[in-house]
Amino acid sequence: MHSGIFLIISAAVGAAVYALAAWFANDYIFFAGYTVLQFIVLATAWNILGGYTGYVNFGSAAFFAIGAYSSVFFHKFYPLPIPVLIIISGAVAGIVGLGTGYLTLRLRGAFFAIATLALAVVLQTLVVNWDYVGGSRGAYIIRPREVAIIGNYIQYLFLIMLALCVIALTSARAIERSRLGYGFATIRDDELAAEASGVPTLKLKLIATTLSGAFMGMAGAPFPYYIGYLEPASAFGLQYAVNSIAMPMIGGTTSWVGPLIGAILLGTLQQVATVTISSAVNLLIVGVLLVAFVIIAPKGIVGLFKDHFGKKS
Amino acid sequence: MAQKLLEVDGVGKRFGGFVALENIDLAVTQGERVGLIGPNGSGKSTLVNCLCGTLTNETGNVRFDGLNMNGLTAHQRTRLGMARSFQLPRPFASLSIADNIRVPLLYTVNARAGTHLSSHQIDERCQEFLRLVSLDGKAQKFPRDLSQVEMRKLELARAMAAEPKLLIADEAMAGLSHVEVDDIVALLIRLNERGITVILIEHIMRAVMNFSQRLIVLVSGRKIADGSPDDVIRDPEVERAYLGQ
Repeated sequence: MHSGIFLIISAAVGAAVYALAAWFANDYIFFAGYTVLQFIVLATAWNILGGYTGYVNFGSAAFFAIGAYSSVFFHKFYPLPIPVLIIISGAVAGIVGLGTGYLTLRLRGAFFAIATLALAVVLQTLVVNWDYVGGSRGAYIIRPREVAIIGNYIQYLFLIMLALCVIALTSARAIERSRLGYGFATIRDDELAAEASGVPTLKLKLIATTLSGAFMGMAGAPFPYYIGYLEPASAFGLQYAVNSIAMPMIGGTTSWVGPLIGAILLGTLQQVATVTISSAVNLLIVGVLLVAFVIIAPKGIVGLFKDHFGKKS
Repeated sequence: MAQKLLEVDGVGKRFGGFVALENIDLAVTQGERVGLIGPNGSGKSTLVNCLCGTLTNETGNVRFDGLNMNGLTAHQRTRLGMARSFQLPRPFASLSIADNIRVPLLYTVNARAGTHLSSHQIDERCQEFLRLVSLDGKAQKFPRDLSQVEMRKLELARAMAAEPKLLIADEAMAGLSHVEVDDIVALLIRLNERGITVILIEHIMRAVMNFSQRLIVLVSGRKIADGSPDDVIRDPEVERAYLGQ
């Protein structure tokens, strides 16, 4: 299927999701749905680097926070509409991704993962000490109650995140089927053999970190408007790093469907648990499921499905 | 006299205090079939890695097709026409056999100036290379489904798909049976007949003798002999290196 057609179909699915949510006529649906959608974007973004090229990034929270704090910065400096903030955040996070990649991609395996973890710590320290964006006190974002045409502001945020999901999934799927996708797969499998086949591995890894970082930043851009009050501990929360890894792992990392399934499943489960049990149990659920999947189904739900129906991965 | 395709001039490589290669000089002519032999640890694979850009030689020059290779990365050298197979097959495990061949077509052939294959042409080329190594029946299988000899053939087919001027086959036959060795030698000779210069690194003397027009011997990182196979194996120094004295 051509990417253009896929974009139209996924946009139609997105519209249906929006219509369904609107049919409930309950703001909480939008509020909870936003979080799930945000995790779809984060998981898809993580998978571009972690799933396609095999480089595990523990610093997703850093890229997410870069997006969120870019919004906070511009909210104070010169207020811009959210779609513009998303583009700016994506650019900033993408550049940081490129820089991080350039400095760390000579490291392999565990060392790369540690370096990304360090990035998150360094950035959090910077933000905590940066008064303009609120420092350790945090920053309040007074969002408007209503927005033109759509009306309710939470519906507007939901719609924006839905659009971002469609864009992220379409991009991930397009990458997967392109020359770039084959190049990424060879890096995941064997970098030495990839170079010997003419694949410029460093360049491709930099493209992957840039794209992955940019989408994570984009996912973070509307967050201050959603949460209303942003402080470093929530922007750099452990849940972003853990979920971004767990969702693709549980769904399956080799295709765009995996992060989508994983994010819907885990994201919804967490929202339900927050309401019915407590918000603290969230990470426990993720942890237990991740351990279970790594042991029982290392290829995730997509892998299980393919094995079951005899189709080769 | 035919043109020199590869010129190695004073190449040296150390690993810490260990001298892996010392002042290696050699030249390979366009269209030649050269065998490179030597006992284990004599520096054959290190030399291949220095030629292909996987390792950087500390001294000396590698000239390929008239260009200086120093400072070029492995993928740049592949694109210029130097392909290799690995001693232990290194297939792309998550890609199908056909897609394994597709990668060099996408990243080497299509990256060269003046060539652009459509996806249809790439499909055809994949099939063609798989037929060449009689793996066309397994195009949609995965590397894990292949036997040892098929894996070696895939390794060679992938190197071939980059449309090289020079193919360096690093122990393409280690661990194969008698018949399988003949099979691979025949394949390499077929490739050479298509105009590709081949350097064969091998321990199996029968294969090397059948294949090579010229033999180069490395011992302890130094070249000790270079000449026609029959002369080289009668060389007392080579005998000493192989049999001990």
